Amino acid sequence: MSKLTLRTEGDTHVVVTRRFAAPPQAVYRAHTEPELIQKWLLGPEGWTMPVCISEARAGGRIRYEWTNGKGGAFHLTGEYLELEAWRRIVHVERMHLPAPTPNNHVETTFDADGDGTLMTIRMTLPDAQTRAAMLATGMERGMEASYGRLEGMI
Amino acid sequence: MQAGTSRLNATFAALADPTRRAILARLASGEATVNELADPFAMTQPAISKHLKVLERAGLISRDRDAQRRPSRLEPKRLAEASRWLDRYRKFWEASFARLDTVLEELQPRKARREKPSRR
Repeated sequence: MSKLTLRTEGDTHVVVTRRFAAPPQAVYRAHTEPELIQKWLLGPEGWTMPVCISEARAGGRIRYEWTNGKGGAFHLTGEYLELEAWRRIVHVERMHLPAPTPNNHVETTFDADGDGTLMTIRMTLPDAQTRAAMLATGMERGMEASYGRLEGMI
Repeated sequence: MQAGTSRLNATFAALADPTRRAILARLASGEATVNELADPFAMTQPAISKHLKVLERAGLISRDRDAQRRPSRLEPKRLAEASRWLDRYRKFWEASFARLDTVLEELQPRKARREKPSRR
């Protein structure tokens, strides 16, 4: 399976690509249907997403809540801006750690690639500083907090 | 952790600029003075100095205090630290997408799954 690529672009973008062995329709569904999102958007072992709201229409709400079952928890909220079925999703999101991070504007495209899909996630942060903070901590911070200590690592 | 995080923020902000990344690439092959850096980058010395100040504050380079030459040199430790954090961000997505591969496999019509019996 093709590997993930992760790169920064200009001052404020982060671009992630990944190929999947399934048609765009399936990959798109896995990004918009709550019962599917809950199965995979979990990061490292040990985390679950007990609450997943994904109202896949322009203006619809997004809310993902993660927990590790040991008192560690954090969540993400957002809104859908544009959706083109099977092809493209535009939304904004922010992490709550618990203070909300600045908005991350995310465009996700699903392109047919042979019998699979090339997915491209293009994130736009308000400024270089925010992007730096996201890359340096991002979701990991919520997860890391529950592991207790970090001092030894940085 | 807070101190570590803001230090990393400074590092990533410093790395966000293409000229500063090019300066680091140049310094990877050995120390250089402002003069030596200004030439290949077709920039004025004050402009280069400004970039060097940002890099120094972020801990990505160090400069000799003595003399006028003040050559800059790479501080690889901080760069390694930043790339370790990028790696953690990447791992979040790698772990999630590996799981998504399985979810997608289950979504496929039965005949499409025939090719990968080992995964079932």
